Amino acid sequence: MSDTHSNTVAYVRKTMLTEQAPPSSQVGAVRWVRENLFSGPLNTILTLLGVLCVYYLGVHLGPWFANSIWNAGSLSECREILQGASGACWGVIKDRWHQLLFGFYPQDAYWRPTIAFFLMIVAMAPILFDAVPRKVLWFSAVFPFLAFWLLWGGTIWLPLLALAGFVIGYFAFTALQKVSALAAVIGAMVAPVLWWLFFAGPLDEVLSNALPIGIKHIQSDEFGGFMISIIIGVTGIALSLPIGILLALGRQSDMPLVKWICVGFIEFIRGVPLITLLFTASLLLNYFLPPGTNFDIVLRVIIMVTLFAAAYMAEVVRGGFAALPRGQYEAADALGLDYWKAQRLILLPQALKISIPGIVNTFIGLFKDTTLVVFIGILDPIGLSNAIRADSNWNGIVWELYGFIALCFFIFCFGMSRYSQYLEGKLKTDHR
Amino acid sequence: MATTSETPGSSFRLSMLLYDTRYRSLTIQVIFMFLMTIGFWWLVDNTLVNLAQKGKDIGFDFLGARAGYDINQRLVDYTNDSTHARAWIVGLLNTLILAVCACVSATVLGVIAGVLRLSKNWIVSKLMSIYVEIFRNVPLLLWIIVIFAVLTEITPAPNAFRGENATSSMLLFDTVAVTNRGTYLPGPLFERSLGDFDLGIVSVSTNYLVLLLVIIGSVMGYRALQRNATAVQEATGDRPVTWWKSALIIVAPMLIALIAMGFHLEYPELKGFNFTGGSYLRNSFIAMWLALTLYTGAFIAENVRAGILAISKGQSEAAFALGLRPNRTMNLVILPQALRVIIPPLISQYLNITKNTSLAIAVGYMDLRATLGGITLNQTGRELECMLLMMMTYLIISLIISGVMNIYNNSVKLKER
Amino acid sequence: MKKTVFVGAMTAAATLIAGAASATVLEDVKARGELNCGVSTGVNGFSAPDSAGEWQGFDVAVCRAVAAAVLGDPKKVKFVTTTGQTRFTALASGEIDMLARNTTWTMSRDADLKFTFTGVNYYDGQGFMVNKALGVSSAKELDGATVCIQTGTTTELNLADYFKANNMTYEPVPIETNAEAQQQYLAGACDVYTTDASGLAATRATFADPENHAVLPEIISKEPLGPLVAHGDDQWADIVRWTMNALVAAEELGITSANIEELSKGTANPEIDRMLGSSDDDLGAMIGLDKQWAKRAISAGGNYGEIFAANIGESTPIGLARGLNALWTQGGLQYSPPFR
Repeated sequence: MSDTHSNTVAYVRKTMLTEQAPPSSQVGAVRWVRENLFSGPLNTILTLLGVLCVYYLGVHLGPWFANSIWNAGSLSECREILQGASGACWGVIKDRWHQLLFGFYPQDAYWRPTIAFFLMIVAMAPILFDAVPRKVLWFSAVFPFLAFWLLWGGTIWLPLLALAGFVIGYFAFTALQKVSALAAVIGAMVAPVLWWLFFAGPLDEVLSNALPIGIKHIQSDEFGGFMISIIIGVTGIALSLPIGILLALGRQSDMPLVKWICVGFIEFIRGVPLITLLFTASLLLNYFLPPGTNFDIVLRVIIMVTLFAAAYMAEVVRGGFAALPRGQYEAADALGLDYWKAQRLILLPQALKISIPGIVNTFIGLFKDTTLVVFIGILDPIGLSNAIRADSNWNGIVWELYGFIALCFFIFCFGMSRYSQYLEGKLKTDHR
Repeated sequence: MATTSETPGSSFRLSMLLYDTRYRSLTIQVIFMFLMTIGFWWLVDNTLVNLAQKGKDIGFDFLGARAGYDINQRLVDYTNDSTHARAWIVGLLNTLILAVCACVSATVLGVIAGVLRLSKNWIVSKLMSIYVEIFRNVPLLLWIIVIFAVLTEITPAPNAFRGENATSSMLLFDTVAVTNRGTYLPGPLFERSLGDFDLGIVSVSTNYLVLLLVIIGSVMGYRALQRNATAVQEATGDRPVTWWKSALIIVAPMLIALIAMGFHLEYPELKGFNFTGGSYLRNSFIAMWLALTLYTGAFIAENVRAGILAISKGQSEAAFALGLRPNRTMNLVILPQALRVIIPPLISQYLNITKNTSLAIAVGYMDLRATLGGITLNQTGRELECMLLMMMTYLIISLIISGVMNIYNNSVKLKER
Repeated sequence: MKKTVFVGAMTAAATLIAGAASATVLEDVKARGELNCGVSTGVNGFSAPDSAGEWQGFDVAVCRAVAAAVLGDPKKVKFVTTTGQTRFTALASGEIDMLARNTTWTMSRDADLKFTFTGVNYYDGQGFMVNKALGVSSAKELDGATVCIQTGTTTELNLADYFKANNMTYEPVPIETNAEAQQQYLAGACDVYTTDASGLAATRATFADPENHAVLPEIISKEPLGPLVAHGDDQWADIVRWTMNALVAAEELGITSANIEELSKGTANPEIDRMLGSSDDDLGAMIGLDKQWAKRAISAGGNYGEIFAANIGESTPIGLARGLNALWTQGGLQYSPPFR
């Protein structure tokens, strides 16, 4: 082969060609642009459309942001400064940010919800992150009482006595366990209820009069803004978790009656809009309770939101159970564990761990849905934006308020959804 | 379960109700039932006592009374002389049409956005990510209000179309007017009306019925033609050229029917305060539709993306090896498989859309909640009855949607043999 | 663990917050030390929170007067915001003791919804506001117009009746809050904004260009606005009714927040003495209050005329004339039965 070749070819290069730089269209940014942005007609059109979109937004929103005005006491003042140019009047946020965050909560007590908020993060840390020492869970258990006291105020005795109920329940449980397991469970449930119903109230009165240690009592009608959204959202999720677990267990139960009642409840709640449940809380709940009972609208909303979230939570937890391999159930049975022990020691911990991303997503959804309380007259951020616009100074202001509210929601929800994605990623590697 | 072989009834002690697995679940259920009944009875009793105390009763007579208020968007005849029951139906239809429109457009948008988010085009995929994250993480209610405000503020008022030096003009050869009250489109009209066809609640124009029948006939004809062509192809190996036949079968009957009935378009015209004539999409409807589409579309995009990522890479590699072009790979190989993963969450998104239509309260769209649960409730003071009816209506809609979608889901599910 | 703890806390809270109602509203209010008063979520001049979170307005002043009469302190009011949707149930369920939220007194609300209207603090009527550029000078010319209305009020029924009676058509745009309705109107999304004439004036006052908008002369309905209480407690209804009457009577008798201290030392006019508790007659005891109740109510925000002038009168941006709400002696309708 090489012979014939050498005969037919007049000239053969002996040295290698020096390496040429790749054509300019095949390197660096140009190549990247060609491959990623203009690889075909469709892609080119899409790219151009995208660029056009960004340009359009920039042209229209740019000056508006650039001409932002922070120091103005009213919209007319803003308009005077701008003299017809387009510009944002952030003065309204500067003037009313505290209302958007705290509602009508007394200004000198802003430290209370702020501390409660940061303590909430501490209390949630051991549940959300593995790296946090387990001891912090004790703080998580005490936190609800602390938060209640910080937010509503009053003497310290009420939350302490409520907490004491659980201690009493625990002691009743350990004391009666010697008699029988069933008696212990019943005792642990009945003793605290008796305590709360008959002893806590009078004792609270006595102690509050004798030793009035506490901070100023603040009523929930002064709550508002993002504070109320967070209170309703967090309480709703925290309370709905145990109910949701029970509903999920009930839905899987062999007992037809229990199963069908749970299914009926879940499907009913999931089948109606939240807004109808909120209207029920505001219009009807008083009909269902004994005559003369009348309690706080915030509490009523929390009850309905809890029921609402519980139905969704039940489905999330059910998904967690469904993801468990069948072998886990069989192994638990093989060990001779009874139903509750098997659930408590083997199945629930695993199912809940799988469900955490779902739970976080439910929480994000619920937190966003708390804006619906505006329709029953609770002053959440959107409700407050209406109230602020009813003031002659800020009448006619629109985008700045909505922009601020949207930004706050975005930061909170986006952070949570990032966390849930991080968790999903972590769970995935666990399975491999 | 092994205990069942023991001699039954040898000695039944009361404690066996608790400790014997044969009876325990029965005991628990009886206790549970007992507690539930007591609880339920307690609620009903409280309600009755409370109602009696306020001198109210439970009754649905009010549904037959004159409503007295007007509804702007009505798909069936309604005046302020109609009954509250009629207003309920008008509201229900408004809810349904909004839900259907939003479901369709959200699905389209969601699939496009989901696919584009995985695109190699950096700008497009980033833009889609931004879209999805922004819409998913801000409450729907806020979007509805903002979109409504945008529609109100940036589109011109009908006044701007008026006079010599009008600042706005109609689009598409003066056939479409976009105003801040809504969008006016040309409306279909028939010169020769065939009368109305009364269906009890709704009366439908017979012209549309005829048109519908013609379309169904054409589609059946087209199907027959295709079957025939396939049969010929199987017999001879050559597929006969059918495109002109199918075009004829589909287009010709409809054209003939339209001409025979004197079909023409009515264009909106500025008369008095408003545009008149043609069809009219109110801004409240458009705002709800847009907001539901964009918001739910972002969620559906995430579902679609997850569904596509769930398909193993081998599938697309195999398709490329077969020489399929990228978009055909997507259409023929990836999406059909991804569909099985996408459909279950899609069902719950449809349910969410339906339930979220109740947020129409924010923009004054006259849906079920605004008629039955809003003005009717307010004017009659029948909270209990109105809320009950409203919840039941929503519940039934939800159950129907999830039922239908589950049937569909089962039909496309991977059949394991 | 943590979650169950939370349940307990909330139960404990619930048992405490839930108070069983005692026999009368008056006793309830006194025991609570606070008056629960339902107001709207924000109508300029009638009830709106200022930047310090204090509620201000014409309706709010009624709540404050009642709180002053009953509890001795006009600040002891808990303002419960209600929407057009929720206001009646809030009152019926006892969540609020009284509702002061420009609510029209109608027969069906009185008899069918079981409320007692305790008087009229503002005589109003439904009117129309249009942009002057439209060239409309009468509501009769509004055939085919797009009309913005607030839902949950009597306005939508009045509107339907009016257009029907005049054989005209219209396109209703129902809106939930005043702020949004205003935005729609200003953007030209509706030709006409209709609500109570007072509300129109209050809304117009906040526009950047109030001179370009006109309120049409037709008033299509009677809208007597007043506070209301639930049926079933006549004593409480009397307290609210006579507190309002005291405010009107005070204007008629020339009692103002400036001279009330001096007048309460005793005057030549026996009616003033009876009202302010400086004579032997104890009018307060008849409604379960002390002798000084009316004095406190008037001191809270002044007499009817002062309240009107401070919140919605001609010197405020809202700039409403007294009109029908002038005293009967000055050609208006405000008239208090005698204190005797």
